[in-house]
Amino acid sequence: MKKIILLVMLAFSAFLAQAQNATLKAGDTAPDFKLKNVDGKDISFASFPKAKGYIVIFTCNTCPYAVGYEQRIIDLDNKFRPQGYPVIAINPNDPEASKADTYEKMQELAKSKKYPFPYLFDAGQKITDQYGAKHTPHLFIVSKTAKGNVVEYVGAIDNDPEGNNAQKTKYAEDVIASLKSNQKPAITQTKEIGCTVKRKAKA
Amino acid sequence: MKIQKNAVFAFLFLAFSFSAYSQNVKLLNIDQLNERIKNGRDSTYVVNFWATWCAPCIKELPHFEKLQAEYKSEKVKVLLVSVDFKSKLTSAVVPFVKRKNLKNEVFLLNESSPQEYIDRIDPSWSGSIPATLFIKGDKRKFVESEFTYEQLLTEYKKL
Repeated sequence: MKKIILLVMLAFSAFLAQAQNATLKAGDTAPDFKLKNVDGKDISFASFPKAKGYIVIFTCNTCPYAVGYEQRIIDLDNKFRPQGYPVIAINPNDPEASKADTYEKMQELAKSKKYPFPYLFDAGQKITDQYGAKHTPHLFIVSKTAKGNVVEYVGAIDNDPEGNNAQKTKYAEDVIASLKSNQKPAITQTKEIGCTVKRKAKA
Repeated sequence: MKIQKNAVFAFLFLAFSFSAYSQNVKLLNIDQLNERIKNGRDSTYVVNFWATWCAPCIKELPHFEKLQAEYKSEKVKVLLVSVDFKSKLTSAVVPFVKRKNLKNEVFLLNESSPQEYIDRIDPSWSGSIPATLFIKGDKRKFVESEFTYEQLLTEYKKL
């Protein structure tokens, strides 16, 4: 009997672990957070009272895809923050598993590249798990509605990670264009390509 | 006569450098990969997707080298397809292949939109690497995970 209970508990905890890490989809509520920015201040959705939505991007310091997209993320913020859609970047990597992603290294990078957006440290990877971010960069576009903060799009920033195709499809820009004209985006999910989120080694 | 001899040496030298060059990394798109498999003379293909920046990929590469070396007689062909950026061909991928002395055929994927090429390899693929496609005749099996040598061998033998 004890064995059965143990088995059931094991199965249940496995289920919980999985449920925790499922990636959010369009229509889901975007969980709020309170995370430390590289300037030491806490940031949450409420830090942008005038925002109509948010461009939440899980990205990191050294993944070649994150580095490849860095300028495009800066450009997104410069273009869409004034229109009510600021970028909020969150580093999902565990700093023990990825030494290049410590809070200090994040501060150095944000300073040297003059990030115009907050770059947040996710202690314990809690928000990473709530959103189910799997790779860097992993994009979640969120709109602020009467019913709360709603996920509108999940996936890649565009279809050209290396950034040399002039004909690229800019998913993020297309989604925000739709939202601004009070329409639902035509594409709500793409495959995010990048480096796997670095997890703390299991004890 | 001496000139002829020199010409022969020059020819041999060129031929040798060509075969050495063929150890290098070629660009390859999905169509070309499909052609390579369709027209190849081997009966089983093990296509591993990897990148020089992917630690678990680098860890399992020796297993693919070993599989090719040990099962050559069974007409298996391992193709190592890097998804590094194309701009990294000469600066990262070629030096890596030399440093690790990889004997398998190595390619660099010549595609720009992951949204297209991922589904053409396998619709179930999230895009994560390492990932490996096994092809034997009409059978295709796609596995998106890192292998030990035993796991790789098990997958290969199951085909």
